[in-house]
Amino acid sequence: MSTPDTTTISARPLLPGLGDPVDDAQGIFRELLMALSRPGIAYRLPNLPATPDPLHPATGAVLLTLIDHETALWLQSPTEELTAWLRFHCSAPLAVTPADAVFAVIDRPLEMPPLAAFAQGVPEYPDRSATVIVQVAGFAPDGLRLTGPGIAREQHVGINGLPAGFWRTWQDNQARAPLGVDLLFVAGDVVLGLPRSTSVEIVAEGVQSCM
Amino acid sequence: MSSQRTQTGYNFAYLDEQTKRMIRRALLKAVAIPGYQVPFGSREMPLPYGWGTGGIQVTASILGRDDVLKVIDQGSDDTTNAVNIRRFFERTAGVATTERTEDATIIQTRHRIPEKPLSEDQIMVYQVPLPEPMGRLEPQEVVTRKLHALADYGLMHVKLYEDIARYGHIASTYDYPVLVNGRYLMAPSPIPKFDNPKLHMSPALQLFGAGREKRVYAIPPYTRVESLDFEDHPFSVQRWDDPCALCGATDSFLDEVVLDDAGGRMFVCSDSDYCKTRQAAGHTGSQSPVPATQEEAA
Repeated sequence: MSTPDTTTISARPLLPGLGDPVDDAQGIFRELLMALSRPGIAYRLPNLPATPDPLHPATGAVLLTLIDHETALWLQSPTEELTAWLRFHCSAPLAVTPADAVFAVIDRPLEMPPLAAFAQGVPEYPDRSATVIVQVAGFAPDGLRLTGPGIAREQHVGINGLPAGFWRTWQDNQARAPLGVDLLFVAGDVVLGLPRSTSVEIVAEGVQSCM
Repeated sequence: MSSQRTQTGYNFAYLDEQTKRMIRRALLKAVAIPGYQVPFGSREMPLPYGWGTGGIQVTASILGRDDVLKVIDQGSDDTTNAVNIRRFFERTAGVATTERTEDATIIQTRHRIPEKPLSEDQIMVYQVPLPEPMGRLEPQEVVTRKLHALADYGLMHVKLYEDIARYGHIASTYDYPVLVNGRYLMAPSPIPKFDNPKLHMSPALQLFGAGREKRVYAIPPYTRVESLDFEDHPFSVQRWDDPCALCGATDSFLDEVVLDDAGGRMFVCSDSDYCKTRQAAGHTGSQSPVPATQEEAA
């Protein structure tokens, strides 16, 4: 028998998970459910855990609430501290490629893989598609006009820090409907949902109608 | 802390956390693909399939300690199924329950949508026996799944057309098929077609759970829901000649109640909370127990 590989054990102690796994996860899930039901509205998550870099607190909350051994996770920046934290709290397998992932975390949106690289689902099972968490710099009150299910008329919002041409790839994603990925934009402790059913139109600067 | 009736020895709201996570993931996909039936690993519940196990599992997965739960069965808060499910969550989750529609944050329902308008802060949970709208026409799921993938709903249109050819009108009166967001054909559960217009652009999130058939699906708030029809046979809802015999309502879904062996009968609101609220506000009908001053007799 060969001696086990002496992988370096992180000098820093592992960060804790949710304070109360039952109630905290429920509270976080309800906000996520509303975030995907009401696209374009920012929801502040409760019960945030301390999260390792480069996760925002809300990203950590989403992962602790939704992932486990059944859901492969793809990380854009799989640091050792982060993967150790996720393995311990969620026992989630790490996906090798974006296409294998049920959930994915993007912390550098400017260098993110195209949305088409993630699992899109298949026509008979469009639910077998990825949910991609995109950490962004922040949100603005305007810049985009959202329409679709969950939106009474239209919803205005701005999302900062996305690569140029991102919304064109979103239109491609929407054209694949009912296939396609669903997005959760995260900034700090706030989550904003963008399911594949939402149409996004860029509103030219300065010509927003006053509401 | 929690009420004395709360049982110990079970996780909050009965289901284990792994199961809740699995159902929660399915619900998020259901919301993202309105009207599409997401498969989920339905658990054995402490009551048989057919008694609302799908709805119960959905409710258990979304329920929090601050929620106020209302459960209705055919519109009524005090029939067996409603009473039992309400007590189930009182015992396993210790949550507050109500019979008043406007006070509830989660409304689990069998076969009705409340008459009072819902709000953005409420979630409807429907108990669904047969989630596949084409199930009676095509028994193989591998085929219906393909038809959904292709958005090929000719089968259902033929069924409705055959109704017209045979009876002169579309004979479905409950579980009337709808098209959600212009894409997926969906069974609205056995609600009367009277309630179908309430599905359309509802401010409340609507979740559907089928325990035996192991499917969840959803209609997000403010989503287009059209009842299938034809130009020359437009969709219409039931109407009654008589108002409610207890509250005089003319805008609610009425149940026929047989009174005696001599053919006596009356029509009363199926939504017991709606009827009680109207009676408390002084509305009366032909059979009202209190002989109120009949100033505005219908």
